[in-house]
Amino acid sequence: MSTLATPILNYALLAPILIVLGGALLGVVVEAFVGKVYRAPIQLAIALASVVIAFIQLWRIRGESSTSAAIASVSIDGAGIFMQGTILVLAFIGLLFIADTDNFTAQASAIPGSAEEGASIAAGRQQTEIFPLTLFAISGMMLFPIATDLITLFVALEVLSLPLYLMAGLSRRRRLLSQEAALKYFLLGAFSSAFFLMGAAFLYGYSGSLNLNDIATAVSGSGDNSIFLLIGIAFLSVGLLFKVGAAPFHQWTPDVYQGAPTPITGFMAACTKVAAFGATLRIFYVGLDAAQWSWRPVITGIAMLTMIGGAIAAMAQRDIKRTLAYSSITHAGFLLVGVVALNKSGLSASLFYLVAYGFATLGAFGIITLVRDSAGEVTDLNRWVGLGKRSPVVATAFSFFLLSFGGVPLTAGFIGKFSIFSAAYESGNIAIVVVGVLASAIALFFYLRVVLMLFFAEPKDDVVSVVIPSFFTRIAITICFAMTVVLGVYPSLVLNMTETFGTFLR
Amino acid sequence: MTTSTHLVYLIALPLVSAALLLILGRLADKWGHLLATLVSASTFAFAASEFFAMRSRSGAARATTQKLFDWISVGTFKVDAALLLDQLSICFVLLITGVGTLIHIYSIAYMSHDRDRRRFFAYLNLFIAAMLLLVLGNSYLNLYVGWEGVGLASYLLIGFWNQKPAYATAAKKAFVANRVGDVGLSLAIMIAFAQFGTVSFAGVAAGAPHASSAALAAMGAMLLLAAAGKSAQFPLQSWLGDAMAGPTPVSALIHAATMVTAGVYLITRSNFIFDASSTARLLVVIVGTITLLFGAIIGTAKDDIKKALAASTMSQIGYMILATGLGPIGYAFAIMHLLTHGFFKAGMFLGAGSVMHGMNDEVNMRRFGGLNRFLPITAITFGFGYLAIIGVPPFAGFYSKDKIIETAFNAGGTKGYILGICALLGAGLTAFYMTRLIVMTFWGTPRWSRDEQHPHESPALMWVPMAILAVGSVASGFLFTSGNSMVHWLAPVVNPSGAEGGAELMKPIVVSLLALGVVVIGVAYAIFKYRTVPVEAPEKVTVFTRIARRDLMQDAFNEAVLMRPGQKLTTGLVWADYSFVDGLVRAVGFTLGTSSQAVRKIQNGYARTYALVMLVGVLALVATIWMVTL
Repeated sequence: MSTLATPILNYALLAPILIVLGGALLGVVVEAFVGKVYRAPIQLAIALASVVIAFIQLWRIRGESSTSAAIASVSIDGAGIFMQGTILVLAFIGLLFIADTDNFTAQASAIPGSAEEGASIAAGRQQTEIFPLTLFAISGMMLFPIATDLITLFVALEVLSLPLYLMAGLSRRRRLLSQEAALKYFLLGAFSSAFFLMGAAFLYGYSGSLNLNDIATAVSGSGDNSIFLLIGIAFLSVGLLFKVGAAPFHQWTPDVYQGAPTPITGFMAACTKVAAFGATLRIFYVGLDAAQWSWRPVITGIAMLTMIGGAIAAMAQRDIKRTLAYSSITHAGFLLVGVVALNKSGLSASLFYLVAYGFATLGAFGIITLVRDSAGEVTDLNRWVGLGKRSPVVATAFSFFLLSFGGVPLTAGFIGKFSIFSAAYESGNIAIVVVGVLASAIALFFYLRVVLMLFFAEPKDDVVSVVIPSFFTRIAITICFAMTVVLGVYPSLVLNMTETFGTFLR
Repeated sequence: MTTSTHLVYLIALPLVSAALLLILGRLADKWGHLLATLVSASTFAFAASEFFAMRSRSGAARATTQKLFDWISVGTFKVDAALLLDQLSICFVLLITGVGTLIHIYSIAYMSHDRDRRRFFAYLNLFIAAMLLLVLGNSYLNLYVGWEGVGLASYLLIGFWNQKPAYATAAKKAFVANRVGDVGLSLAIMIAFAQFGTVSFAGVAAGAPHASSAALAAMGAMLLLAAAGKSAQFPLQSWLGDAMAGPTPVSALIHAATMVTAGVYLITRSNFIFDASSTARLLVVIVGTITLLFGAIIGTAKDDIKKALAASTMSQIGYMILATGLGPIGYAFAIMHLLTHGFFKAGMFLGAGSVMHGMNDEVNMRRFGGLNRFLPITAITFGFGYLAIIGVPPFAGFYSKDKIIETAFNAGGTKGYILGICALLGAGLTAFYMTRLIVMTFWGTPRWSRDEQHPHESPALMWVPMAILAVGSVASGFLFTSGNSMVHWLAPVVNPSGAEGGAELMKPIVVSLLALGVVVIGVAYAIFKYRTVPVEAPEKVTVFTRIARRDLMQDAFNEAVLMRPGQKLTTGLVWADYSFVDGLVRAVGFTLGTSSQAVRKIQNGYARTYALVMLVGVLALVATIWMVTL
């Protein structure tokens, strides 16, 4: 009979998460009691304020490190704080895109095309729940990369996923596609969560503990190929690989990215990737480091498959959102290269890559929201032909994001690729570097293809127009563009940070 | 290695000036061209002082470096933004700033009627800055930045008169061909990084002897692709002719003297890669030889004076590329030809500009004739360039081109004979098309109407630069070869091991006589053939001439070989995705017993299929982990 100790919580260190969570709860209250006219601006203000305040608090504790902030279930350390900060910054930009509520359905519960829906559109309703949902997702994302305990990890995973399932189904236009995407995402997400939980159970069976540090001790202590350990690693990986969108667990990505409202796609693609890779890095670097002989070859194979498969599949796409979805799969492959590097530079390179990728992704999806015809966003690539002639600024910014995805020098993406590959090279894994360079070359081809379509083809007659971006969208795209340039020309700004912050507390 | 703190001003000065002119806009219209010219002249003065300072030092201390800042620093991988001025780059710096300044001066008069003259000068300064960065970077990455920069400047300048759609198209064509080459360069950089873990010239040079031959050959091939794009070499040559749409001073500076020779610089700078890989060297030699003949043949059929000169540039760069493929001894000769070519070709382009200036922008040589009486100075300076390019002693081309032909013969064996004979043939063709150009433009009876055209000599601002370049066309060859000065000067960079050329197949004097022989034949035949020139291009010509007029079908070739299959490939991939990939997914579902009905219903079927694929993935994952640990 063990006694139940009173948990000691270090609120200062947990405050960034709690602030975001508090903002979310406040949002729910607002939703219930405030009149619908004021709801949208108040919700936006609450969301932005909680993200900013959380970031300020995070900045104040940036030098701290502790494994006992919440008993032993989270670990506050350099890498964790850096990833939380990244998530908050990207989420802030994501919220600016979400602020354009025109992208979201008037009433999610109405059947698409029904009279009820028509009535709510006519009444000018808005589904402002999107803001508290986003904040809930952000709080889960912030917990995910610092959790050191398999149960906490699972809770964080669910907290970040559940709101996202809903948010994916809230598109204003093409609602059936959006709802289908949400359902698919939910079903497959539940499927993968089950694997994650099973993996946790097997690892508990192997080590007798749920804590990553204890599991690490157990692994390095015994060194035998217990079936519990192997199955545990495999199942846990499935859950993580699903979230990051690595092959062969990537199939939801194109459908969901295409169906979800575009601002949500951007938010999901950027922030979820940071959170999921944060957790993946911590689990493999801290918990399963000593068992690397078992998982490293497999993850190496998956990384290769993901890079090459994503790049090849992207080439054949005709829809811009699907293209970017496959591109994000390819990037998941590149990030896995940082995971298998399993050294200090691999960690800091991954952190940098996530930042660079996040800004470019948000910017690119933000621009997609601007290209429309009378029926809403136009995502058919054929209709983007010649956009550079009509909207040179927008087309130039979009091309720049694509070039950053492709890793062309003087963009952030280039520095990211270089640092990831150099880390893998340092770890002696030449094969993965060769495959990675090859995949970059293939990927560059399809990014350039889009750039050429934008600028060097004669526009067709069926007109797509670029809407004048709202104030928030303009700011958000400008920030993304500026960061992509700055990180390409003067990357030391963030590289130095990833060097100092790039450590896990064991 | 000497360190310097002021190399950066070489690049910063023109860059700041360009930015200033673009930002100030119309405010700078009155004095913009003067500022740009002054800046260009001061970079030349600076470069010259660096050159003399370098000469006064000796041995390893001659090379100068300046580290600007830590550009990328990840783990053990470090790239500095740093500059390197050594014996090789100073040649280029002097050429770029020297010829660049002359062309700035020339443009003041040439562009005086253009409303956008200030913008033109801003682009020229931008080009100078980017080109200097290209040759001063101490790593492939720094070079790449300059490489992209000159591409941008070239794009802007070709399309300077972009109100004419054909000109805008030409600019795009140049841009696309250059992008293909740029992909080659970025792949080469990635290979360098994967293979050597560094991208600095010094680091790669140190690692090259130990690298695998496959990697070296791949990197060499990619560098060659990059060079082919930038230097208009086979098979990416087609853009250069169209690039003549730009203002003539641009053609002289960028598309004759400097930017198009960047490929030669790249290969020479990467001598350690090519020295270590005979495969890469062979590719270089093949590309160079094909292009030198290709360009020369196109040159024989062009009636547009600028396009004829462009074809000639292509051919002459072919000579340089050929020389770089001939091993350590060839690099110096390539650079030597590059420099002499910089003088005489820039001079001739400015001459062509002067002719156009006097003839209401007419470019068709069939409508020229007898112009030597009206533009005497242009005719004389052009004549010097002409004598230099066809290789009449003691003009510059005689020294530099004969050295290349000689080295080609000395490559040994059958290869030596083939290369040597091709190079000789090229020399004969050069003599033919250049004589044709001279005869059609300056000799014979006028074929223009005295009522509409009033040819006149250009102002001093234009003919003085031409005269200075003409002096260069006379003297530079002798200067570079006397006492083998160029070879000795460059040896520490391009031939550190002190390798000698191949066994002497023929005495230099024999080669010179042979070359002179084919030149005389070419000249004589051209004079004979163009005793009279019809004003309209004759329609009844051989198939051969017709093909040559169409640039040896290069555009048709590109369309048939590159564009169409590219389109086919993408359509094919879409088809494959729909029928094969999706089909496979469906098939997996089918075999594993899910009802076909459910699979067809996309909404249920897909999610299930995805789950199924995931399950297969899980099983595979577990199985693999298991097998790894067995």
